[in-house]
Amino acid sequence: MSLDAKIPQGPLAEKWSKHKFNLKLVNPANKRKYDIIIVGTGLAGASAAASLAELGYNVKSFCFQDSPRRAHSIAAQGGINAAKNYQNDGDSVYRLFYDTIKGGDYRAREGNVYRLAEVSVNIIDQCVAQGVPFAREYGGLLDNRSFGGSQVSRTFYARGQTGQQLLLGAYSALNRQIHAGKVKMYTRTEMLDVVVVDGHAKGIVTRNMLTGEIETHAGHAVLLCTGGYSNVFYLSTNAIGSNVTAAWRAHKRGAFFGNPCYTQIHPTCIPVTGDHQSKLTLMSESLRNDGRVWAPKTVELAEQLRKGTLKADQIKEDDRDYFLERKYPAFGNLVPRDVASRNAKEMVEDGRGVGGSGFAVFLDFADAIKRLGEETVKAKYGNLFDMYIQITDENPYKQPMRIYPAVHYTMGGLWVDYNLMTTIPGLYALGECNFSDHGANRLGASALMQGLSDGYFVIPYTLGDYLANIGPKKVDTNHPAFEQTQKDVIEHVNKLLALKGTKTVNEYHRDLGHIMWEYCGMARTEEGLKKAKGLIQALKADFWKNAIVTGENEEVNASLERAGRIADFIELGELMVDDALMREESCGGHFRVESQTPDGEAKRDDENFAFVAAWEFKGENQPEVLNKEPLVFESVHLSQRNYA
Amino acid sequence: MNLTLKVWRQKNAQAAGKFVTYKAENISPDMSFLEMLDVVNESLTHKGDEPINFDHDCREGICGMCSLYINGHPHGPKRGITTCQLHMRTFHDGETITIEPWRASAFPIVKDLAVDRSAFDRIQQAGGYVSVNTGGVPDGNAIAIPKVIADEAFNSATCIGCGACVAACKNASAMLFVSAKVTQLGLLPQGQPERYRRAQSMVAQMDEEGFGNCTNTGACEAECPKEIKLTNIARMNSDFLSAKLFRQEEIHEEQHGG
Repeated sequence: MSLDAKIPQGPLAEKWSKHKFNLKLVNPANKRKYDIIIVGTGLAGASAAASLAELGYNVKSFCFQDSPRRAHSIAAQGGINAAKNYQNDGDSVYRLFYDTIKGGDYRAREGNVYRLAEVSVNIIDQCVAQGVPFAREYGGLLDNRSFGGSQVSRTFYARGQTGQQLLLGAYSALNRQIHAGKVKMYTRTEMLDVVVVDGHAKGIVTRNMLTGEIETHAGHAVLLCTGGYSNVFYLSTNAIGSNVTAAWRAHKRGAFFGNPCYTQIHPTCIPVTGDHQSKLTLMSESLRNDGRVWAPKTVELAEQLRKGTLKADQIKEDDRDYFLERKYPAFGNLVPRDVASRNAKEMVEDGRGVGGSGFAVFLDFADAIKRLGEETVKAKYGNLFDMYIQITDENPYKQPMRIYPAVHYTMGGLWVDYNLMTTIPGLYALGECNFSDHGANRLGASALMQGLSDGYFVIPYTLGDYLANIGPKKVDTNHPAFEQTQKDVIEHVNKLLALKGTKTVNEYHRDLGHIMWEYCGMARTEEGLKKAKGLIQALKADFWKNAIVTGENEEVNASLERAGRIADFIELGELMVDDALMREESCGGHFRVESQTPDGEAKRDDENFAFVAAWEFKGENQPEVLNKEPLVFESVHLSQRNYA
Repeated sequence: MNLTLKVWRQKNAQAAGKFVTYKAENISPDMSFLEMLDVVNESLTHKGDEPINFDHDCREGICGMCSLYINGHPHGPKRGITTCQLHMRTFHDGETITIEPWRASAFPIVKDLAVDRSAFDRIQQAGGYVSVNTGGVPDGNAIAIPKVIADEAFNSATCIGCGACVAACKNASAMLFVSAKVTQLGLLPQGQPERYRRAQSMVAQMDEEGFGNCTNTGACEAECPKEIKLTNIARMNSDFLSAKLFRQEEIHEEQHGG
């Protein structure tokens, strides 16, 4: 199948304006004849639901949590980028576009990224009007901070909880439309399939998580805003409930999956303490402004540190290896996320890891405290230090923090065209759920920007074009496709409930995570990926024989919910491995050991791999088919990244 | 560590509930409280028993999904944190821990330790917003807001909607939760046009949901994981009274199709 990304012709800066004019409109009186289904209530889902309802469409909104306000966007810490140039420091739409394309290691579409930069400025205005309490300066105007991958200050923030404030803004706009009767909200409801009628998405099948009822819902279009799939690694910074099920089931109904192997591993997270650990906690990127990353120079010293016979502050200056400063003198501790992560991993593999488990390196603030004083350090990072103390019971003002990389975000996702439509007409994917704007590596503070851009400012335009074309004729739920899909879901649920083996679903998830982290994590080799594929296939077969699922369908059943999600993660894991194996280059967060520069840095292969990989499902246990969307660069010059 | 847990088990809102005693063995002090429950649930699952149902999601203290009344305190004995941020080193070996759901008639039991907090959503739907549509808004810097005002609005805006304030209150009052939103928007210039109407609408919905009244005991403030201040309630009362005396709008007629 040939993929048409539908990127408008013409100069970069005019593409979106021209496209908006060329899109068909639905007149105000006709909008109320259309029903739109939106799954997920994070930044993308809540902003889309509110904006479309304001326009007059009838919206049905779904989330698996007990309230739309719980969506995982709430946990984003750092901030949101926008090309406002309030600081007069040389920012512009073009510069934000350029930083994002380059940060993504030239694996994103120019057209999409430019549009993202263009609408970024509207997002800030919208949020301020909703009453989002952004940080301000004494003069009363909005404050900005700097973030990795750029040389300007363009990040807007609300202390260390920007995601929470932006989400509560979108949630309030959604609430207003629920009150107005334009949005019908379904909480504790999990989407389990897409209904496709004559090739078009016309509805979904859901499970009511309180009663177990398997229901069908019809609409003229379906929007998936269901987030990323970091939890395929078991341990990640994602919420426990974050899952791939909605996207994966859509994939199995015909939506192509784009670049599944592009995952972001964040260098500064609190290390794992044991097998009981259920999730990882991020320590903001901003800490690397003042903290120095190091490991002991020798394996012997590291061993003593691991046993606890030696403390970090007893290691002499000469015996410390500030490895990022040593290897990258120009950028030092502020190298991009992928580079910092890989280097920490190398230290651990070298036997120089610290902490009880040996899976950690130090992030040391002793110099910053000496230079700035403890009070200043506290004012800058106090809440992060408190969080660290809470979790580890160690004082980072006295001992260096222990940090280690953790999976944090997935750049891959459902393939969408410029209109955010998947390869199933009428099915859209917004926010982290799609693959479109971050290429092979996402810059800090860009995830919030993309989620809100898609929901507030892109989908309200592009959706109308599709709806105007199909017309307002009521969707008929009597169509056999609804009944059939519902039957398929019930069968799947029953199959899961019949599993009365010996191993818990959680144990399978942990095993999957170990495989993914080991072979499809920070560094990937042909040999390892091939091995992983076999291991995942064996795990899948074992799951469907030996897993334990307790309880019944007709009740609240966390065991069943989890089993369905893990079964999908296992299948996704195999596709990620296939994708990573196919992509024989290194780019951004995807590091193939076979493709590196003499200095050990990621080496792209633009001649053979400047394309989006869009995978097509061909049936259970069949190999997926690779479709390629070539990436065309008209405005930027591709260069190899170099941070030394 | 080895612990004894007394856990409230209840199949659903209609069924009768009871305390069931479990052993939690080989617990590491580094585990979070919810990870300790995970361990207990894994062993229940292995035995083919039904695991204990509790709400949780982000496990870093921001989504507001986790709850639990632990040894008589919402979110456990430590101040300023949620249950998911509570670690087992807070307890000692051999201790008996009592775990109950939030208790309030406006929060019916869903199953075991999980309750239905949708009343909170309905209160927000009644008026917890600024009525602006997407697009057509002024530039973000068009209105300067003094830093102290913005910071105070932010403090109120940090509420995570967990319901600990209701659970802590002997009257099961939701005043701290409601007043946090009323205060956040009431302080900001963007929230002024609907300030008094908002206070009226949200309070009316709060009453309809069956939450109790405030008697200024302050248990809500003491137990709030985000340390939302009691002064929010004072601000809301002031706006509500102003509305009553000078600016009352017919919100009831509108809400109920008058």
